[in-house]
Amino acid sequence: MIHFVVHDENDSVGVVVVEGVKAGDEMTGWIMDQDKEVAFKAASDIPIGHKLAICPLAEGDTVIKYGVDIGRVVADIGTGEHAHVHNIKTKRW
Amino acid sequence: MSLDLNNATFRGYRRENGRMGVRNHVIILPIDDISNAAAEAVGNNIKGTMALPHPYGRLQFGADLDLHFRTLIGTGANPNVAAVVVIGIEEGWTQKVVEGIARTGKPVTGFGIELHGDHDTIMRASKAAKEYVHWATELQRQEAPVKELWVSTKCGESDTTSGCGSNPTVGNAFDKLYEQGNTLLFGETSEVTGGEHLIAERCRNDEVRDQFMFMFNRYQEMIERHKTSDLSDSQPTKGNIAGGLTTIEEKALGNITKIGKKCVVDGVLDKAEEPTGPGLWFMDSSSAAAEMVTLCGAAGYAVHLFPTGQGNIIGNPIVPVIKICANPRTIRTMSEHVDVDVSGLLSREMSPDEAGDALLEMTLRTANGRNTAAEALGHNEFVLTRLYESA
Repeated sequence: MIHFVVHDENDSVGVVVVEGVKAGDEMTGWIMDQDKEVAFKAASDIPIGHKLAICPLAEGDTVIKYGVDIGRVVADIGTGEHAHVHNIKTKRW
Repeated sequence: MSLDLNNATFRGYRRENGRMGVRNHVIILPIDDISNAAAEAVGNNIKGTMALPHPYGRLQFGADLDLHFRTLIGTGANPNVAAVVVIGIEEGWTQKVVEGIARTGKPVTGFGIELHGDHDTIMRASKAAKEYVHWATELQRQEAPVKELWVSTKCGESDTTSGCGSNPTVGNAFDKLYEQGNTLLFGETSEVTGGEHLIAERCRNDEVRDQFMFMFNRYQEMIERHKTSDLSDSQPTKGNIAGGLTTIEEKALGNITKIGKKCVVDGVLDKAEEPTGPGLWFMDSSSAAAEMVTLCGAAGYAVHLFPTGQGNIIGNPIVPVIKICANPRTIRTMSEHVDVDVSGLLSREMSPDEAGDALLEMTLRTANGRNTAAEALGHNEFVLTRLYESA
């Protein structure tokens, strides 16, 4: 069963595609561009559609999704943790 | 078995100017806000017609007025419309729109309210509308090759499943339609922010690239001029954020998967401008769903592909809007709004090609007459884009 998807293997985040993910759950991820599977443990409760970090991200780092810059980290994010507006901001506007 | 688009056809209405429509509306089109009452009265009197009320049309000027006329004329000229009754407070602007629509060769008549009042206008316009309904309801659908179907796209209430599922499904369908020589359109100028370099790379030549970057920069300058924050409550929207999208860049990268992997951007249009040939067109446009789809209709598009994540429920009075969704929670909670369920993509139960073909099949069924979820639910959002204040 796929719990989260990742667009590209060089991305820093994946997207949870099932409901009810809780901290501590073992998750299987599908890297779509390379068609590979990976496994991570969820470090937070993560709602469907929300992102988890698949590598440690430090304040000031650039977040990569689709192989492209989607913003900057404003609070450290550990692997498997919920990555969203509380720790990532736009670089535009 | 995959869909054989080379030999696929659809059955639509061949209009006087040669364009193929997929609906056969007789519309009552007010020029201005104060003519809505008369237009709606005619729409109520004559069954089989539809009034398109809107809040604008007085004291507009310059580029904003040009856009108002272009949108009204384009809506009347759209091949999904068989005939048009135009009603305005005065004759001048009413006749301007009548003449614009008449260039297609379709039946159109205008009525000015001044010197007549609502009663007399409603009576005269109702008589004209009734004759149009008799005439339009005898028109027959005819077969045409797929390439004659003009297809536009815009996504709404997107979430992260849009970028992984429903938007790439439109991209897969667009790649296949592009090969057939269809006339395609995308836009949402503010919502490509963060992925504009990827669209610029896809432009056919430097001239198209320069036009695209002109439109993109013009919109950015407007946002910079008016913004009071980083737009984090508007772009992404509250719904986008609830769905897991964090930044405009992330939203944009998901958004532009709608133009597939092979399509080339062949040309650039201003708002509500009609394309001059087949291919993929970028139209400078608002990213608000109802505004954008109204502009697509005014540009002449016959069917709209609308992927959603969190469940945007938009429709349009003259253009069937096909909803595609990959979010299993939205499918569970809002299925009445979804025409094509591609949630199997995210559980690896459906391939991108299968999803694209499922959407194309639904597109052809819709072109042949199947009412979309939005049509069945009565979503007739007709929303004009304004550029600035009235004079």
